[in-house]
Amino acid sequence: MEERLIVTASPHIRDRATTRGLMGDVLIALLPCVAAATVIFGLHALAVIGVTAAASAAFEYIYCKLMKKPVPVGDLSACVTGVILGLNMPAGMPLWICVVGAFVAIVITKQLFGGLGYNFANPALVGRIVLFLGFAERMTTYVFPEGTADAVSSATVLADSVDKASVSLWDMLIGVRGGVMGETCVIAILIGLAYLLIRGVINLSIPASIVGTVFVLSLIADGGNVHVALVEIMSGGLLFGAVFMATDYVTSPFNTKGRIIYGIVIGLITFAIRRFGSMNEGVSYALLMGNLLTPWFNEWSHQIPLGFVKKNKAKKAAPADGGKGGAQ
Amino acid sequence: MLKFMKRSAKGVRAPHEKATAGMETVRMAVPEEVVIPMSMHIGAPARPVVQKGDQVMAGTRIGEAGGFVSANIYASVSGTVKEVIDSFRMVNGTVCQAVSIVSDGKQRLDPSCKPPAVSDKKGLLEAIAACGLVGLGGAGFPAHVKLAADTIDTLIINGAECEPYLSTDTREMLECSETILSGISAVMKFCGIGRCIIGIEKNKPECIRLLSSLTEQIQGVSVRPLPMRYPQGAEKTLIETCTGREVPQTAASGKAGIPADCGCVVMNVTSVSTLGKYLKTGIPLISKRLTVEGDAVAKPQNIEVPIGTLYRDVIAACGGVKEGVQLGKVIFGGPMMGGAAPGLDYPVLKQNNGLILLSRKAAAVPEPGPCIRCGRCITACPMGLEPVLIAEAFEQKDFEALEKRNVDLCVSCGSCTYACPAKRLISQNTTLAKGWYLKTKKERAGKS
Repeated sequence: MEERLIVTASPHIRDRATTRGLMGDVLIALLPCVAAATVIFGLHALAVIGVTAAASAAFEYIYCKLMKKPVPVGDLSACVTGVILGLNMPAGMPLWICVVGAFVAIVITKQLFGGLGYNFANPALVGRIVLFLGFAERMTTYVFPEGTADAVSSATVLADSVDKASVSLWDMLIGVRGGVMGETCVIAILIGLAYLLIRGVINLSIPASIVGTVFVLSLIADGGNVHVALVEIMSGGLLFGAVFMATDYVTSPFNTKGRIIYGIVIGLITFAIRRFGSMNEGVSYALLMGNLLTPWFNEWSHQIPLGFVKKNKAKKAAPADGGKGGAQ
Repeated sequence: MLKFMKRSAKGVRAPHEKATAGMETVRMAVPEEVVIPMSMHIGAPARPVVQKGDQVMAGTRIGEAGGFVSANIYASVSGTVKEVIDSFRMVNGTVCQAVSIVSDGKQRLDPSCKPPAVSDKKGLLEAIAACGLVGLGGAGFPAHVKLAADTIDTLIINGAECEPYLSTDTREMLECSETILSGISAVMKFCGIGRCIIGIEKNKPECIRLLSSLTEQIQGVSVRPLPMRYPQGAEKTLIETCTGREVPQTAASGKAGIPADCGCVVMNVTSVSTLGKYLKTGIPLISKRLTVEGDAVAKPQNIEVPIGTLYRDVIAACGGVKEGVQLGKVIFGGPMMGGAAPGLDYPVLKQNNGLILLSRKAAAVPEPGPCIRCGRCITACPMGLEPVLIAEAFEQKDFEALEKRNVDLCVSCGSCTYACPAKRLISQNTTLAKGWYLKTKKERAGKS
């Protein structure tokens, strides 16, 4: 009755979570943002997001086919990158630029470095930054929500000319303001965050430390004005970046301690760029900095194992000598 | 420093699947033949002391301990020795001597089985050594060796039973609470241990209730409900949860730390109960309760079988393989740490506590994908290791990096592999890394 039993090393059972499932959960968490963008900015928003996502998946497919590698499109990571990149563009974006962004994200940032798990920075983030540098004017031509086909542009509330104390918090929450598509509707982002937390895809350490750092610093800088500090954390790409981009597994530290340091550093850089830099928008660059520093944060925040005993110096020296012997 | 900053060490939420927990233990009919290997424990194998054609009875000694870290072996059925096999291949691939016995079905008890007279620690250790008791939770470490240490102030009784499916310890607690308590009191009295903590996972409320009420009046004995997580029953994790103490990575002597280095000794509930039974009746360890479970077995149950019974006979006694189901995998032990058997002609050992039969569908091995560096293996590791970094270091065969990442602390519990969403074989890889590290360390120590 037993011809051919399967023999493998333990464990013999596995958790239900899969890479594809986790990426699928992120896609579901992004849906409220996509829906909000469509409602606020019109159907063209949907076209921008859809084209970016489709182009991302297509580039991954084509690249892997050309390189004769197994095609990983099924793990949905390219779709997540595409949707996040799409949400990082203003609604009035020409579709061909979306394709360029997808190419930068998937081919240059992700696949050339070895594919999923090996990219040094969040692909969507690099795509966004490259588009910002290459198409600065179009990327900052924010279509005002109530604008018609004429596309009235409006500055973000982060512009120096705007008096933050007079900005309505309600408008910020529902997203009726200028900005890229994903970042304006705070409520949609919070719904997505809640979903990710409930499903256990991410924990609060990264978003909370980023947002918390910026909030506290703004509070101090503005002499305790809570309204301005709230506007500060809800404006720009801060919340969207903290929830959906900073938490990318591959490019964030894997220990709680490392994640908190990472979040605080991103918060600090964001605040510094917004206050002292020449740009109104600092989150992307802060995130990129955080991504690049991630190996360093990991090195800095190792766990202390159960029963760890500090090795004394004499013992440490012995294997170091042995190491030379072994290398020969 | 806050604990969560130090290490997450959360373990995993493995499914419980303990449908057999409520089923009374069934005694298996005596099988026609048993094969009893001489190595069912960690340490030196026992030496067979019988020859072909000898008459034996249940409880007759057939193997003599081959050293201090070793254990006696007893016949589990009465009958005739069919053969002393010189190279018997065990289920884990190692080879040892074994004795096969054809049963006469009468199951007569050896008249030499008399309750031992114990008056001090030495006597107790001798009695434990005589009865062949080994760690019955699965490791099979001879019990008299770990109790010999004189630095112990806390006895921890392991009733966590964190492995999915298995419910033998649950049944032991419910059916044999008396012998558990007599075993505990003997160990405490003769070894001079003042404190005993019985750790039981919260998914066994009836065991917690029963033992709490029974130990209420006993000085120094308490029941500790444990969080439901795997591997709560791992020795070091259990000690940390029950006492807050940590087994040191290296002891003062320079060797790997053991529980006695932090004043603790851990015994499985079934082990301590077996000791209690032996002190009362003089019958050594000759039978074992197994949980036979899984989606491929017809009648899942807890069944008490003579040691040395072949898997094939145990499965037949449980109604065989479920009709219409193709048997895919047979696991001895729990699904997290147990091994997969390549066939059914292997005997049940002292330390076995389960036989899990999985269908081909349930046993399907998922395809591993690239590591997405999510850190779930790190959160899962009960020892606070970083399996993802160990994997990287092992790939480079980087001895120093493996030492820095404390690969020697890995207990091969399988939590990291269980948790991995990319289905990578992390635990298996870390176990290989640990073996390679320890071997290289030995070689280097030999050179200098």
